[in-house]
Amino acid sequence: MFRFLFDRDTWQEVFDSFSKNKLRSILTMVGVWWGVLLLIGLLGSARGLENSFNRLFGDFATNSVFIWGQSTSKPFKGFQEGRGVRLTLTDAKKVEENIEGIEFVVPRNQRQAKMDRKFLSGSFSVAGDMPLLDKVQKKKLKHGRFINEADMIAKRKVAVISEDIYKQLFEKDEKAINEYVLINGINFKVIGVFKTSNVSMGPSSDVHIPFNTFQQIFNQGDRIGWIMITGKRDFNIKQIEADAKLLLKNLNKIHPDDKRAFGSFNLGDEFAKVTGFLTGMQFLTWFVGIATLIAGVFAIGNILLITVKERTKEIGVRRALGATPFEIKRQIVVEAVFLTIIAGLLGILTGGWILIALNHFFGQGDEATIVNPSVSIAVVFIALIILVMLGTLIGLIPAFKATSVKPIEALREE
Amino acid sequence: MLQISGLHKSYAIGDSSLHVLKGIDLSVDEGEMVAIMGSSGSGKSTLLNIIGMLDEADSGDYILDGLPIDNLTEKKAAVYRNKFLGFIFQSFNLINYKNAIENVALPLYYQGMKRKERLELGMFHLEKVGLADWAQHLPKELSGGQKQRVAIARALAANPKLLLADEPTGALDTKTSHEIMEFIQQLNDEGKTILMVTHEEDIANMCKRIVRLRDGVIMEDKKVTQVRAGQYV
Repeated sequence: MFRFLFDRDTWQEVFDSFSKNKLRSILTMVGVWWGVLLLIGLLGSARGLENSFNRLFGDFATNSVFIWGQSTSKPFKGFQEGRGVRLTLTDAKKVEENIEGIEFVVPRNQRQAKMDRKFLSGSFSVAGDMPLLDKVQKKKLKHGRFINEADMIAKRKVAVISEDIYKQLFEKDEKAINEYVLINGINFKVIGVFKTSNVSMGPSSDVHIPFNTFQQIFNQGDRIGWIMITGKRDFNIKQIEADAKLLLKNLNKIHPDDKRAFGSFNLGDEFAKVTGFLTGMQFLTWFVGIATLIAGVFAIGNILLITVKERTKEIGVRRALGATPFEIKRQIVVEAVFLTIIAGLLGILTGGWILIALNHFFGQGDEATIVNPSVSIAVVFIALIILVMLGTLIGLIPAFKATSVKPIEALREE
Repeated sequence: MLQISGLHKSYAIGDSSLHVLKGIDLSVDEGEMVAIMGSSGSGKSTLLNIIGMLDEADSGDYILDGLPIDNLTEKKAAVYRNKFLGFIFQSFNLINYKNAIENVALPLYYQGMKRKERLELGMFHLEKVGLADWAQHLPKELSGGQKQRVAIARALAANPKLLLADEPTGALDTKTSHEIMEFIQQLNDEGKTILMVTHEEDIANMCKRIVRLRDGVIMEDKKVTQVRAGQYV
């Protein structure tokens, strides 16, 4: 059945009919080529954007929400409205214990402080953090380490500083690890230097010191700035936010409908908006690509119809010599599929080049807007299979047209 | 070899129909060389097309070498044409982007013969028509006579029982016509049965039998003394 595919004559015929009408065949192939090019180029770019997005957000637990205290807007249980609300470590613990679907609750504290080293100084935001923070906001450490449990327990005066601070307080190429910096006049040993991320989740901090140390030197006691709640993968972060807020209102004797008492920023929500946008873009890409492809395949069918019309007499001769209608149809379908595949392969090739060019011009460095724009082999493979099927289907139209004329009428054609 | 009886054929032209063949009875023996003559519209081409299985009769019997030809599907007709019949056309009908040898080998391709074998066999037939040196030439590089000889080689390639020629000399000058006729006579001498449509008396007289058609019936069917084309060449 498929032996004819390995027959030199089959391809000789395809080649002959192609080379007889070079310009027309090439113009025909442009349609399919363009469709595949668009599909590959757009899909690859969309993937590149998604990759860059994932790289930016990759260090953060995106399924998370920040909650902080503000002031009440409703009187409740004898308290007047306008009462200031501050979260405490107890609140954080209760939230972690009582709300379903929580992975981590990270209490955080932050404030501005003056930092000095030798004759250099500056004002920076200092955060008191638990080692846990590294789990939900991965710090890219250039040197040294992040805060650990031992630092917490011993309330060590150690600091993890950002690259920016390092640049402001240290000489070029100076070693920072185990050097001392002054924070509000207290000596802290530098244990790590981290790279500044270009996306900040919540307030950005320049220096991280152990949570307990922070509580002590800034006299915070039990009070905390805000909590960062990370939900487990399968839980809805919106629901967790609502549950947590309700619990916190209850704990702090605040009216359940008080909207002002707690402020929050739902990262999961924001993240979903962007991923939704990316999904939409991918859908659009597929739609445009495939629509163009179909248009291109139709163009091939159209041209083959004309070709068949022109070759009526030749087909008549072949039939007089003993070609069965099936053999004629088969040949025309093979031609259609051949044109489609060649155009498709060229499209994949040039699409690949475009992606390489995109990567070259926009994909270099850490700030790249497009990271590794690529299309998976599976997608390419599926696209090719679709092309073969469409080519076959569309080839059937001229094929049936070719054999619908009786050989006797075909022979009379001039 | 060939028995036809009570053959009728009409064509629909608009609302009316044109009765082209009105009961043809014809019998041809093996080794005969028959010219079918008649003015245009006499039905001679239609008769040849029906014999060639390019067209089907409305009624009547057609038996080719003991095989009744009826209920032809396109596929069956194609297989029969390939096996039993060789066609020679007035306008040669070579495929213009294939060279001489490929044209000759084309019927063998549709028999499913391997490329090497059929090119060998094609070469054998090209040698027979004296065009071995032109095997790699495209039809446009050949003269009219050469083209017709390639077409004859092609008709012979599948070793058919019956050669059908539709005005084989119609597009050729007198000298070339005589050369082609000489060759066809030679084939007949070797035992091939040949059926030829022509409207030229001198060509018809080079056959062994002349069948004259007028208005869809056979007017005259007579044996003639064959004029050898060789004497003109």
